[in-house]
Amino acid sequence: MTELKPAKSYTLTFITLTAFLLVCWLVNVSLGSVQIPLKEILSSFFGSTSKASWEYIIVNYRLPKSFTAILVGSGLSISGLLMQTLFRNPLAGPFVLGISSGASLGVAILILGISLIGGSMAGLAFSSFGLAIAASLGALLVLFAVMIVARKLKNTMAILIIGLMFGSLTAAVISVLSYFSSANQLQQYIFWGFGNLGNLSWTELALFFIIFLMAIGMVIGIIKPLNSLLLGENYAQSLGINLKRTRNIILIATGLLTGVITAFSGPIAFVGLAVPHLTKLVFKTSDHKILIPAVAIIGAIGMLLADTIAQVPTSAYTLPINAITSIFGAPIVIWLLVRKRKIHF
Amino acid sequence: MPGKHSILTATDLTIGYASKKKQQVIANEITIDLKQGKLVALLGKNGIGKSTLLRTLSKVQPKLAGEIVLNGIALEQLSAKALSQQISVVLTERIPESNLTVYELIALGRQPYTNWMGTLTEKDKEQIVMAIANTNINDLVHQRCDQLSDGQLQKVMIARALAQNTEIIILDEPTAHLDIHHKIEVFNLLKNLVEKFGKTIIISTHEIQLALQLANELWLMNDLEFVSGSTEQLIAADRLSSLFDSQFVKFDVKSKQFIRRT
Repeated sequence: MTELKPAKSYTLTFITLTAFLLVCWLVNVSLGSVQIPLKEILSSFFGSTSKASWEYIIVNYRLPKSFTAILVGSGLSISGLLMQTLFRNPLAGPFVLGISSGASLGVAILILGISLIGGSMAGLAFSSFGLAIAASLGALLVLFAVMIVARKLKNTMAILIIGLMFGSLTAAVISVLSYFSSANQLQQYIFWGFGNLGNLSWTELALFFIIFLMAIGMVIGIIKPLNSLLLGENYAQSLGINLKRTRNIILIATGLLTGVITAFSGPIAFVGLAVPHLTKLVFKTSDHKILIPAVAIIGAIGMLLADTIAQVPTSAYTLPINAITSIFGAPIVIWLLVRKRKIHF
Repeated sequence: MPGKHSILTATDLTIGYASKKKQQVIANEITIDLKQGKLVALLGKNGIGKSTLLRTLSKVQPKLAGEIVLNGIALEQLSAKALSQQISVVLTERIPESNLTVYELIALGRQPYTNWMGTLTEKDKEQIVMAIANTNINDLVHQRCDQLSDGQLQKVMIARALAQNTEIIILDEPTAHLDIHHKIEVFNLLKNLVEKFGKTIIISTHEIQLALQLANELWLMNDLEFVSGSTEQLIAADRLSSLFDSQFVKFDVKSKQFIRRT
């Protein structure tokens, strides 16, 4: 009889990754357009820096931005993992449900549509909170539409196509709106599409975190059904899993996560698609008990690194975060495909 | 071992597909009285509804009319969890690609018994080891599932069903893609599970010769009717010829196989 070991232990990998996450976070906080010595940064956490302006930059700008990066990175990666497991499709990402398209539509209607309604609401369009609300409403609208159609469907794959169709539909509406918009409004809309991690106040961050925790709570509750879905829906059902309930929880959790992320930070590309694949390269398992914390940590690391690069350290420029995630994300997916010739869920 | 009671009965069962506008009946007037500890072979030509019947019996698909009773309880009254502790399945569909190892896949068979996190207890691990030992896959345990051959994978899927520790195991064409060596191995393995553990096993198959040799009971489906009975009875009554009744084939009672009609 061979020795049976149920599962490999990944404790050491987790410890290493967490340490690396901490380093990335520190690097992210210490770099920016204003040079602040690391010592001063560390002491600012305990409320004393030699310059008040430094403290202001760290507490009100760099810290919220770094926490936003962590939430965005891990949230998108978990959503991507959920979608890949639900649809058993390696190309599924957090936005396949059409949520980013919905958010884009909300923002487009707010920014571009205001010229059609009149100027009375113009002030709203320029506040980040107004953008967040418009994006959330748009995302929710599309999520509800997808879920209502999904209720009538037994076939999960059809949801994937419906999400794509909603994406095309909203893109068409945005095109029409763009056609009638001024250059100024178009520029504002395009800037939103670049993504931005740095706009959040501590209050907004707190709201972000609460919604994030709610979604994570749901995800932890369905780890077992997620694992049974690895065998396909029919086997999962034969193992006593309530398929409809599981599917709804996955849709709602993904909707909450990607909705809130898109609302506050814009449609951030590629993280949710690339991180789960990268994670499965490090953790050679399909067990969601391990994969969910793993993608969360690796997603956070990836987002912190992307944000650090986007700041172009020591310069006054900040590149669009969305461009950075795509520039690094797309080659990573290609590299994974070439290297493994096979992509796993 | 408990006495041979009726474990699964179906009365006047109609199977098929229902949509809002119409019902498409695949087969009706199906009556089943299955005793515990039998190996049942479900025979019939392609498209006759074997899979539909198996799916209906395992509640993957709703019945159109009639009654199915499992251990004295109507099938529709059983919760998904209770059902998963009484019926396990091996399906024709391929499992999606994943990083799952053989051990992990078999361990998923314990889901009906594990807690909300799916943590394996000592008892779960015992059941998994037992399932592995009884399907002769000791040397595969640490391999990844997508590296297995069809024959190996099928044994692993049977081990998973065995780990689920149900009285009934339903297999839909488990030997379809296998060579003759693995076909016989799978049949022997199933026969062994029936004799050793008193499992009730229902398989649909086109391996008529093997089925006639090993099955205790046959379920025959043809265009007109559903017939069940012990293998010897049905052969003696020449009921098999109706299965593939056509201008091309006939059943030869003496050699117990279908031959070309000349």
